[in-house]
Amino acid sequence: MVYESCKGYGSETWIPLNKKTAGNDHQTVHDEGKQNVLLRVLRGDMFKKTKRSFSTFSVPVRRWTTVLDALIYAKEHSDSSIAIRFSCRMASCGSCGMIINGIPRLACYTKISELGYDTVTCEPLPNFPVIRDLVTDFQQFFNHHRHMEPYIENQYPVPREEALSEFKQTPRDIDNYLQFSYCIKCGLCYSACPTVATDTKFPGPQALSQAYRYSADNRDDAEKKRLDIVDNRHGIWRCHFAGSCSAVCPKGVDPALGIQLLRSHLMSISKTPKTLADLRKIDDDKD
Amino acid sequence: MRAAIAAAETSRLATIAVLSKVQVMRSHSVSAEGGTAAVLFREEGDNEESHIYDTVKGSDFLADQDVAERLVKMMPLEIYQLDHWGMPWSRRSDGRIDQRKFGGYSFPRATYAQDKVGFYEMQTLYDTSLKYENIEFYNEWFCTSILHNSNRFAGVTAIEMKSGQFVIFKAPSGIICTGGAGRIYSFSTYAYSSTPDGLDMAYRAGLGIKDMEFVQFHPTGILPSGILITEGARGEGGYLINKSGERFMKKYAPEKLELAPRDVVSRSMIREIQEGRGMKHETGADCLALDLTHLGEEAIKERLAGIREIGIKFSGVDIIRESIQIRPVCHYMMGGIHTNIDGSTEMSGLWAAGEASCNSTHGSNRLGANSTSECLVWGRITGELAARHAANKERPSIIGEQVSQEEKRIYDGIFRGSGEVNPYDIRKTLTDTMDDKAYVFRDEAGLSEGLKRLKNLKGMAWKHVDDQAKEYNTNFCNVMEIDSMLRIAEIVLTGALNRRESRGAHARTDYPGRDDVNFLKHSLAYYSDSEPCMKWHPVTFTRYAPVERKY
Repeated sequence: MVYESCKGYGSETWIPLNKKTAGNDHQTVHDEGKQNVLLRVLRGDMFKKTKRSFSTFSVPVRRWTTVLDALIYAKEHSDSSIAIRFSCRMASCGSCGMIINGIPRLACYTKISELGYDTVTCEPLPNFPVIRDLVTDFQQFFNHHRHMEPYIENQYPVPREEALSEFKQTPRDIDNYLQFSYCIKCGLCYSACPTVATDTKFPGPQALSQAYRYSADNRDDAEKKRLDIVDNRHGIWRCHFAGSCSAVCPKGVDPALGIQLLRSHLMSISKTPKTLADLRKIDDDKD
Repeated sequence: MRAAIAAAETSRLATIAVLSKVQVMRSHSVSAEGGTAAVLFREEGDNEESHIYDTVKGSDFLADQDVAERLVKMMPLEIYQLDHWGMPWSRRSDGRIDQRKFGGYSFPRATYAQDKVGFYEMQTLYDTSLKYENIEFYNEWFCTSILHNSNRFAGVTAIEMKSGQFVIFKAPSGIICTGGAGRIYSFSTYAYSSTPDGLDMAYRAGLGIKDMEFVQFHPTGILPSGILITEGARGEGGYLINKSGERFMKKYAPEKLELAPRDVVSRSMIREIQEGRGMKHETGADCLALDLTHLGEEAIKERLAGIREIGIKFSGVDIIRESIQIRPVCHYMMGGIHTNIDGSTEMSGLWAAGEASCNSTHGSNRLGANSTSECLVWGRITGELAARHAANKERPSIIGEQVSQEEKRIYDGIFRGSGEVNPYDIRKTLTDTMDDKAYVFRDEAGLSEGLKRLKNLKGMAWKHVDDQAKEYNTNFCNVMEIDSMLRIAEIVLTGALNRRESRGAHARTDYPGRDDVNFLKHSLAYYSDSEPCMKWHPVTFTRYAPVERKY
């Protein structure tokens, strides 16, 4: 087992695996049995103001080994003090977001064989305060989400046993918001956002796309309220459409699109009594 | 989460704390895939009676029938309540909520939202709970013990993981919703965080743990990770096939085929494998296959997108093109903290709901889609009761002795412990033993051997924490988890050994028949210093007499 500290941050060079294993020809890795990769983990603690440094571990991998598997292996066999946050290991809980070889990803959803390098470098998500090692503090991120009032508000009475009622929603009504509802609050988009990096009061792509998700739901009547919340100088206008949020989302959400759609609602409200969605509906009817 | 909302709606004055060792929206309910059962389409021929009977029959008549009835009666309201809160239920083309087929039901009554039902339920409940100012979330607080005062609940002790502080919460009422304990098995659909901390807390506080020998093995876990392929895949028409491509379920359940209850399907699969008609996964594990290719690309993309993603990512198989290899996998614990029909435990002021509890809805085998239902119904019931109980009550007084004993247990006993054995190796051996000895089929020799190994593990020098940091010390949490896993696994093995019959998910090769004369009763385990003290508890019958289960 290798255990050493390497100084420096992001200055490493990654050595590609031999061509055969780097592709999707998984038989090769299997035939060779276990193969080892170097796992580098950026360590550090918000409490002891020591300089952060990398720990390095040699970890055996098979074709299905994920980065999370490798980290757990290192924690169980080499250094039990590595701090990682993880739970479901199937990309639905959103715990294990981190920077892997320079890109924000979920550790459980990143197979080492897909990375194509025999060095895997893990660092905590940027734009979040680090608690310890790969674990970051999500409090502000959750606060931004809560601030958007991400819940259905309407005047309809609460359903009661005597009067069971459902909202009618056609599959098409659902499509208006469905992709935005895939959000697992993993924070990858927030960590990739260049605007968040310069303005922590900016709600970020996750919160804004959730504001859109609830506003686009035909059960909800509170869009105006949410538009008021995002329409300020730290709000929705700060987004300059870099699009990195959409590029890193592991669940196929396109937060950048959500932000643009929310903006269009904001603009159409200020100019006409009708929202853009209404106008679009008129167009559709003509078709 | 459902309980917190119910409590907040019952009393605006109550202060509600939700403590979780993970960030609250990340519990493993997010991974529930297939559906939530409820009777919605009476006009199309469904009725409550049928849902109640399916549940009782599925339970192999060990369910308390009044409890099953409560579940069925309250469920439709919960479906519509979630609809009002924003749940994206999948719809029919006319805009009404749709339902799909599920194993063991005589009507398609699993309400679904694509194949991400649990995820959406959690999301809807979490987002809705943000509306209430009196709900406060304690993300990543590891609860260690229940405090009580003359059999009244008084609060809990917990460690804030971020700072490492040991804190006392005082409260007149509490609800345990800590989920299942499936990580006591190696091959398991559960999250890494699904360890029996909550069950063990209750057990140590002197509460009964009921029916733990009943562990559900889900027929379709993928290899090598154990990640679940939803029963909805079979509900949508998927086939289970053996190595010669034969739909073998026609031999075991000629009527329901793949949609027989999970215990029946899992046993049939193991028989196929034992009789040499299984396949070998490249890891060397025996398995069978689930074939969905005939459903067509469009249907799979629309209704089973999530599991297609799982197949591609974690097994390297695209279910549109090929069949996927699967094998029965530990999926659910029918057992849990003993409660009555209202979810009340044996301690005044303390309730339990969800998988952590055992109010005996599911008896010896749960039907798919009934667990999320149970969470919603008893979340609501217990939340309302707990809020009412807490109204106008003073903060309870704490017995200092209990707190210092708990500090001693975790800090002197675990954090400052010493030893040479790697606790993670102990965990691995324990979970492998459970996989080996308490799987789909069990027998006396295997279970006794398992218990012997477990006792041996208990005695080894693994209780130590190498990471001595105060902040975010997951090593410390892991060792505490392993401590509770050993105790709860012991209950599973002891319960399985004592139940000398085959019923529901518990199949003994040495006692292959159901024995209603001697074992039509619940098992209860109470804490004692050496080994669990086992008792029996009667089953409640209302209308249905036990008959043979055929599918």
